[in-house]
Amino acid sequence: MAVLNEEQTMLRDMVREWSDNESPVTAFRKMRAAAPAEGYDPAAWQALSEMGVAGIVIPEAFGGTAFGYLSLGLVLEQLGRNLAASPLAATSAAASAIVLGESETAKAAWLPRIASGEVVATLAVDEGPVHDPAKIATKVVDGRLSGTKAFVAEGDSAGVFVVAAEDGLYLVAGDVGVTRSPRHMTDSRSHAQVTFADAPAERLGDIGLTARVVDRATAAVCAEMLGLAEQAFTTTNDYLKTRVQFGQVLSTFQALQHRMAKMFTELELMRSVVEGALEAIDAGRSDVDQAVSLAKAVAGDTLHLVSREMIQLHGGIGMTDEHDAGFYIKRARILETMWGNAAFHRERFARLNGY
Amino acid sequence: MATAPELDAPVTALDEFRQTARAWLAANFPSALKGKDNALSALEGPTDLSAEEIAWKTAMGEKGWGVPGWPKAYGGGGLDKAEIRILQEEMARIGAWNPIGGMGVMMFGPTLLEYGSEAQKHEHIPAIAKGEVRWCQGYSEPNAGSDLANVQTFAEDAGDHYIVNGQKTWTSGGQWADKCFALVRTDKSQKHGGISFLLIDMTAPGVEVKPIRMISGQSPFCETFFTNVKVPKENLVGREGQGWEIGTRLLQHERNSLSGGGGASRLFAGKALGALAKDYRGADEHGRVPDSDLRMRIVRHEMDSRAFALTLRRAALEAKSNQGPSAATSIMKNVGARITQERAELSIEIMGMAGLGWEGEGFSEDELTQTRTWLWGKAVSIYGGSTEIQNNVISKRILGMLDHQ
Repeated sequence: MAVLNEEQTMLRDMVREWSDNESPVTAFRKMRAAAPAEGYDPAAWQALSEMGVAGIVIPEAFGGTAFGYLSLGLVLEQLGRNLAASPLAATSAAASAIVLGESETAKAAWLPRIASGEVVATLAVDEGPVHDPAKIATKVVDGRLSGTKAFVAEGDSAGVFVVAAEDGLYLVAGDVGVTRSPRHMTDSRSHAQVTFADAPAERLGDIGLTARVVDRATAAVCAEMLGLAEQAFTTTNDYLKTRVQFGQVLSTFQALQHRMAKMFTELELMRSVVEGALEAIDAGRSDVDQAVSLAKAVAGDTLHLVSREMIQLHGGIGMTDEHDAGFYIKRARILETMWGNAAFHRERFARLNGY
Repeated sequence: MATAPELDAPVTALDEFRQTARAWLAANFPSALKGKDNALSALEGPTDLSAEEIAWKTAMGEKGWGVPGWPKAYGGGGLDKAEIRILQEEMARIGAWNPIGGMGVMMFGPTLLEYGSEAQKHEHIPAIAKGEVRWCQGYSEPNAGSDLANVQTFAEDAGDHYIVNGQKTWTSGGQWADKCFALVRTDKSQKHGGISFLLIDMTAPGVEVKPIRMISGQSPFCETFFTNVKVPKENLVGREGQGWEIGTRLLQHERNSLSGGGGASRLFAGKALGALAKDYRGADEHGRVPDSDLRMRIVRHEMDSRAFALTLRRAALEAKSNQGPSAATSIMKNVGARITQERAELSIEIMGMAGLGWEGEGFSEDELTQTRTWLWGKAVSIYGGSTEIQNNVISKRILGMLDHQ
């Protein structure tokens, strides 16, 4: 665990307590059954916003707390543990684009409304089912943006889109020229295909900004993955200590003990690389790209392992919809895929290191 | 796939059989059903059959060729191994498939032929051979999963019948079944030796089933509750206390069908991963899958699959050459499960977000099927003896390793 300051410790504990009491996995189960159009529970998002989490990466001058990315990660990790459905990761990614971008009018117009939780924002980059920032066909002509974005997280409810075009990032607000089409995926969260047809767009920056913002979005996803992996592991460990077969609790079998020890080992490594990426962003280091690729590759492999073992070690009960294991593996694969899977980031890491 | 030689005049009895089979299939298999076997029917339940499907099922049922190796006296085909192989080749040649299946054919029938009384065989086998009666398996209980011998469902002796009370779980197809073969306890004083193999009518008063929804969205299993269910003593297979022996013999049939040509290979069906990768990821200027990391993992998987296929072949040849059962058979279930699951994981990885659709617009039928296949495939390493239990069998029975002292 990274060394936290007092502010960060309080933030983590507050969100952890809220998540465990107000937004346990049973809340996600209810949300899935109710299937709200937003893909999350608006009341829960309201409560989180009142705690100030929507403005964590937004400067104080625009109504945020400017706590930074490690703090954002602490919150997403706690929410991820219980699969809390919230638009925090997407909103923060879009907010980072506005903060880092060149438009002062966009900052003044949107950052305070995002920080208060009033407006949900999102980042729309990919145009196909596999992350590929090199394949962007979206164009802006005379301040009007046209293109189709695939599987946009929180695309169903977003009031502000930060959109990647061929030549950089743009902000599209409102519904003029915007068509959303929901995509129902394994994780029961919001993903939408969003088509822009001559939508009024404001320029935020060049493709260098796109890359910096995608790195921040990726680091945020890694933090959620850490929360999922930790809880999947803990739930499994608890189960092995209670399930009896052959007259013994399963946790007495050495073969199973070693599998848990292996996962524990991988989780420790995962925590280091995820926190490392978040800290690199906060420190403004020049190798954020490498740190993020390292984090996403390790996080992808580790969450993949833990989510599979969660089902296998629970046996039949883990295969039932009544149990939580299915929720974890279904969300895990979505997060593994978002912003490039482990293979994508291994390749990127190799390129960044010149081999 | 084996191809049949062109036929001239019959020279041997087998050639003659091939001609007979070919003519019969030509006359009876409706060509509209070519390749229309429903591989997911075991998960999604029976569907209404078309007139052609009914005709095909009836013809195969009456001929006994749905269970070609079973004795004619009980409605089987009475064919020997060479004839069965020829029948399979001839069916494959025209895209015909076997309409008679299920647990009765794969597991219960072979076991009853071995252990059942004459009366039991005449009562149950012909109906299975015709596909008229659907059987389900009443084995697992909430506290008897891997530790199956811990079954607690109790059959109390009540003179000419038993009174059965207890709960089963993972009853495959319980909500669609007519009858159940169950492991029940007739003696509480001993663990394995207190188990009996009992046939229970699923329509009897006191039988209640509750489908279990799985993570893949399907409900192929049930919880089954028995409350004071009256079961005639004629329905005991073997003798009291012989249930563990009979039940584990049945599991051998189950594992053979899971690791060999049955359940697992159905999950292999579909496009080769290399081709799937090119569909979703394109190709570089040399025609290679551009993601080299993914490409190497696809290769690793394909090679694993080839090694498995060669192992299945080697084991079959060794068995045939009277060397006795090959030790290689002990690895089949685990390797089959590994390949099935790896294939599904690689498929959804190749497809990216398109491989994670749940329902609704924006996804093709194939994509949605892939998602469900991936999730369902997680059960393969759990059911029919989990990977861990199979590894215990290998380490204890094959390698002679000792229990923890």
